[in-house]
Amino acid sequence: MKYVDEFRDPDKARSLVRAIEKTVDEIEACQPRPLQIMEFCGGHTHTIFKYGIETLLPPQIEMVHGPGCPVCVLPMGRVDDCVAIAERPEVIFTTFGDAMRVPGSKYSLLEAKAQGCDIRIVYSPLDALALARKKPEREVVFFALGFETTMPSTALTVLQAAKEGVRNFSLFCNHITTVPTIKAILDSPDMQLDGFLAPGHVSMVVGTHPFDFVAEHYHKPIVVTGFEPLDILQSLYMVVRQIAEGRSEVENQYRRVVSEGGNSPGLTAIGQVFELREFFEWRGLGSIDHSGVRIRDDYATYDAERKFAVPNLKIADPKSCQCGEVLKGVIKPWQCKIYGNGCTPQKPMGALMVSSEGACAAYYNHGYQSGERTDGYKNG
Amino acid sequence: MASEMHKVNGETITLAHGSGGKAMRDLIDDVVLGNFANPYLAPLEDQARLELAELSAEGDRLAFTTDSFVVDPIEFPGGDIGKLAVNGTVNDLAMSGARPRFLTCGFIIEEGLPVDTLRRIANSMRRAAEAADVAIVSGDTKVVHKGAADQLFINTSGVGVIPTGLKIGADRATPGDAVIVNGVMGDHGAAILSARGDLALDSPITSDCQELYTQVKALCQVCPDIHCLRDATRGGVATVLNELAASAGVTIRIQEPALPVREVVRGVCEILGLDPLYLANEGKFVAIVPQAYAATAVQALRVTPGGEEAVVIGEVVERIRSGVQLVTSFGSLRVIDMLVGEQLPRIC
Repeated sequence: MKYVDEFRDPDKARSLVRAIEKTVDEIEACQPRPLQIMEFCGGHTHTIFKYGIETLLPPQIEMVHGPGCPVCVLPMGRVDDCVAIAERPEVIFTTFGDAMRVPGSKYSLLEAKAQGCDIRIVYSPLDALALARKKPEREVVFFALGFETTMPSTALTVLQAAKEGVRNFSLFCNHITTVPTIKAILDSPDMQLDGFLAPGHVSMVVGTHPFDFVAEHYHKPIVVTGFEPLDILQSLYMVVRQIAEGRSEVENQYRRVVSEGGNSPGLTAIGQVFELREFFEWRGLGSIDHSGVRIRDDYATYDAERKFAVPNLKIADPKSCQCGEVLKGVIKPWQCKIYGNGCTPQKPMGALMVSSEGACAAYYNHGYQSGERTDGYKNG
Repeated sequence: MASEMHKVNGETITLAHGSGGKAMRDLIDDVVLGNFANPYLAPLEDQARLELAELSAEGDRLAFTTDSFVVDPIEFPGGDIGKLAVNGTVNDLAMSGARPRFLTCGFIIEEGLPVDTLRRIANSMRRAAEAADVAIVSGDTKVVHKGAADQLFINTSGVGVIPTGLKIGADRATPGDAVIVNGVMGDHGAAILSARGDLALDSPITSDCQELYTQVKALCQVCPDIHCLRDATRGGVATVLNELAASAGVTIRIQEPALPVREVVRGVCEILGLDPLYLANEGKFVAIVPQAYAATAVQALRVTPGGEEAVVIGEVVERIRSGVQLVTSFGSLRVIDMLVGEQLPRIC
């Protein structure tokens, strides 16, 4: 397939792996422990597992799978709010498919649907708006979630609804932001990361400059990365080159999609519709300042939180969960106390087991089911 | 009898058509007898009466199975719920090596279904039954209130005869065996996704819905000791491989570059974040045969209609804890597990 197969070429992958091996050999002498490199984005985690990239890497590199799966980090209280909205008889609640299984304190959306709520999977917020036009007698709510990647499409949908004067459409806004979250990880005392792969599609929207602080203030190499296996390998090579040469810079591997300045119409739409919340609650990481957005007063009529007065209760993560430590690379998923026994993809307790892009679910589904891999490969 | 055949009055099915009165007789004449006429069905007794001698001449065991069909939409590119209902049961019989012979058919109809739709679907069942050389010998029709069913549900049960000596079983996969699929994966699942229309994907994908007995027969002729056969419907090839590996206590190792998937299906999967290994098929099976027979088995399938793209996708090895492993084109290994639930499209 054009524009896909080129980025999955096994021969090129092998030569990149050799280049990475050579570079880490240069670094090894001055490095007492394996290099920890975090891919922030759940899309990268997915690629890493799908192509078995960790099994190709030399033992001196450990991948740490970051919190960049918006479905995973959604706190239970927010899912409960979704269900409360969806339970209203006038509401058609629309959502992306993979949010259906996220557990709330009582129900997931999938279970709420089975209880009779009108919950429908859509592929774009525009599908939800189209539904609102088609069903003027119902209230159509779109479950807006995701990082900056999905923000422009929801912002533009609100602008479109406002332009058309559609009144029976609203957003339940759970958009979250990347930069404060990376900063929170970098500020945590037990952090020992050596470099980052920055999210490619977030960067497509925001550009590369928002990541400058990682290189300038924290002196960590960071490379904006695409989502194909060769993208990941090339970016890992770029990160280890920086480490070998003692540099810390923002580099852009995903030039075919990401420009330095980002996407200005997208950013304008985001700015028009959304403003930063003072803080937002994350499953696994707790409250992080300025890590979420809400709808501006100008568009209050499109804000489901104001339209339907949601319960907005804070539900604490189960105490046994160690998601935070996994996210920061302090422990590996299978070192968590409840991994594989109390917490499985069938019955997730913690954020990282929730979606297939969460680090723990990815490990579990790809062969590590009880602390050791079941496919015969070594750990790590 | 033909001179007395009645037609359904009106354009939609109503509760009257399930009431046991004249309207129901019209419906049976029009839709059922009009399509499935055969000597077993014609007397309209409460049961079909089958000659034992005729059956026992063909083998030493009966295969007997049932399946219900609830697909949405009921008509889609490459088939409809009727074709699916015939081939689904025919194929379940064929997976034992049996020659499918007789089917029953139960319709559960939501009132308001256009009569023409039902006629089209019954006609499609007739054509599928002819293609598979089976007779629909008994049936039932129920009409339910609006909302109590979704347009049309069909149940079919079937009987076939297993030739003496055949011993196909899920627990027979043995290290060293070759794993074969009879063609490209995921066409049905991708066709249904596209046909639902909510994706605005304009794809030319058609369902692979087809009867599989002809291919199984061809396979049996060149490879009398087939170890396992299973049609890869819901959950796709990945699910079948997991079931077979678990039954036999072995590991199945498949090779990513060998997996047959149409470009356009790959495209749909790329866009939605789905894996064709888990997409449903309605005309594909996994066969596990002794390695020595692999090449002739594939060759026999390839010269049989519907099996042209048959290929070896992997092998059975000693159990290494996980049931199914994929060797990626990079040479890395990935465990292919059962799905927790339905595959859901990914957000980004």
